[in-house]
Amino acid sequence: MRRRPAWPRKAVDAAVKVASALAAALGLGFLAWILFVVLRHGAAALNWTFLTSLPSAPGGSGGGLGNAILGTALMTLLACVFGVPIGLLAGVYLAEYSRGTRFATTVRFLANVMMGIPSIIIGLFVYAVMVLPSGHFSGWAGGVALALLVLPVVARTTEDMLAMVPNALRESALALGSPHWRATLRILFRASRAGLLTGVLLAVARVSGETAPLLFTALNSPYWPRSLSGPTANLTVTIFNYAMSPYPAWQQAAWGASFIIVVGVLALTVVSRTLTRERK
Amino acid sequence: MRRAHGRAPLVAEGLFRAAAFACAGFVLVVMAGLFVVLLYRSRLSIDRFGWGFLWSAAWDPVRDNFGAASSIFGTVASTVIAMVIAVPLSLVIALFLVEVAPPRLARPVSYGIELLAGIPSIIYGMWGLFVLAPLMATNVQPAMQKVFGKLPLFAGPPMGIGILTAGLVLALMVLPFITAVVRDVFALVPPVMKEAGYGLGATTWEVTRKVTVGYGMKGIVGGVFLGLGRAIGETMAVTFVIGNDHRIAASLFASGNSIASTLANEFTEASEPVYLSALVELGLILFVVTLVIQVLAQLWLTRLARQAGSTS
Repeated sequence: MRRRPAWPRKAVDAAVKVASALAAALGLGFLAWILFVVLRHGAAALNWTFLTSLPSAPGGSGGGLGNAILGTALMTLLACVFGVPIGLLAGVYLAEYSRGTRFATTVRFLANVMMGIPSIIIGLFVYAVMVLPSGHFSGWAGGVALALLVLPVVARTTEDMLAMVPNALRESALALGSPHWRATLRILFRASRAGLLTGVLLAVARVSGETAPLLFTALNSPYWPRSLSGPTANLTVTIFNYAMSPYPAWQQAAWGASFIIVVGVLALTVVSRTLTRERK
Repeated sequence: MRRAHGRAPLVAEGLFRAAAFACAGFVLVVMAGLFVVLLYRSRLSIDRFGWGFLWSAAWDPVRDNFGAASSIFGTVASTVIAMVIAVPLSLVIALFLVEVAPPRLARPVSYGIELLAGIPSIIYGMWGLFVLAPLMATNVQPAMQKVFGKLPLFAGPPMGIGILTAGLVLALMVLPFITAVVRDVFALVPPVMKEAGYGLGATTWEVTRKVTVGYGMKGIVGGVFLGLGRAIGETMAVTFVIGNDHRIAASLFASGNSIASTLANEFTEASEPVYLSALVELGLILFVVTLVIQVLAQLWLTRLARQAGSTS
């Protein structure tokens, strides 16, 4: 029997290893490229006026996006106020009251599916049920659209985190005569605090950079958000509008807004990741 | 033991349970509501155009004549480009993370790739429009035309924006999702299987190709499906770079549109009821397609998880 030489196989192996390292470097390279571009262009646009004042007229220079920053913050907050409690309770029901039932399996499945529904479809839905009947775009509708994106994420993390709490803890609380609801809120939530917080932060990070669900709900506005019942300024739709405009000053402002969004979203992501790691 | 509160604790428990049930049920209501509301709001367009809406390439707001073909074409074309690039790249990156890189290097690299998924869609759009598209127009596309000559696939003026650029940006966006799933699948392959391969004298690549990929094939398919679902519904990044033109062209350099980009661009301008209804019907098509993909992917992945759970 003749032996085949080993070197062609080893050469192929080495080539694949090098290629895999290059692919990983390519991925990281794109990440670095995007971040670099946003930070460089964005930093040039940032100053105190930019953060605190109203936008300039079309084509004019100066002015800022204070209203959009406030609007984005308000609607993200609204998304939390609506989305987090409903998501938490839904997760509690799945983990504590209906484990193993067909109802729980269905809801869990649909929550997973809901996370994959394009956010623009959620925007379309909220447009149809809130904007059309009321006859005008509103910050409330924007907040609700974002809340619908927060909801499944929080529900799924809550369920997973509660399922990780040791049963002994649950049983000892119940054995002491505590009702199930109090055991859940006082004992189980406390035990899984870091995990729940991670879920909420990740959901907020995802939602605060969303544009598509706001296009048909909050729309945008050049004014301060005095009430949430009219079109409400926000950073992401502003980026869209300004980037597509022919005015260099507006395009510059779009980079500034991108800077704020990227730093905010990545900071939230990194913080929530660090929380997860500490828990492990 | 009797307590002074009487039945109060029971009432509180009942209320809490009912509230939790309502919140869980809310998920069902929203999912059903999405379908019903979109269907209801597209009835004008459905009545008027029937099934022909799906393959009519017309898009004429002046004469109120609409069809979904150009949007569907652009969605499919950009998604195919994205998957053709992202799937092999994700596989190779996952191979690097699990088999090639030492753990001390694999962890930060993995983290960096996951951060790509954290960057909002609109930021990809800004980068695509102001950085990638000009580069495509001045360097990449002319070079491709030089190499591939007169193929209709690469015909037309290199404008930078168009189907190809949209596909590239999409590839970058779905890459972290597929990589994450494939990485987990590779890591789940029992060490005994790989060691058996190495014991026979196989190289890392041979073990990966013949053992790991074979063992994890089903998981890889699930990951690809998840990526596909993301790519199809991606809105803002595509809207920035696809050109937003209702046409079906053979060239990859031509501008086009996708379902999501048409919605993003035209929805607030649509004044006529039929126009609006046609746009909602586009949304309905997108919803149904992503729903089917998501359901398949979830069923597939949960079945896999159950199998993995029963064997280990």
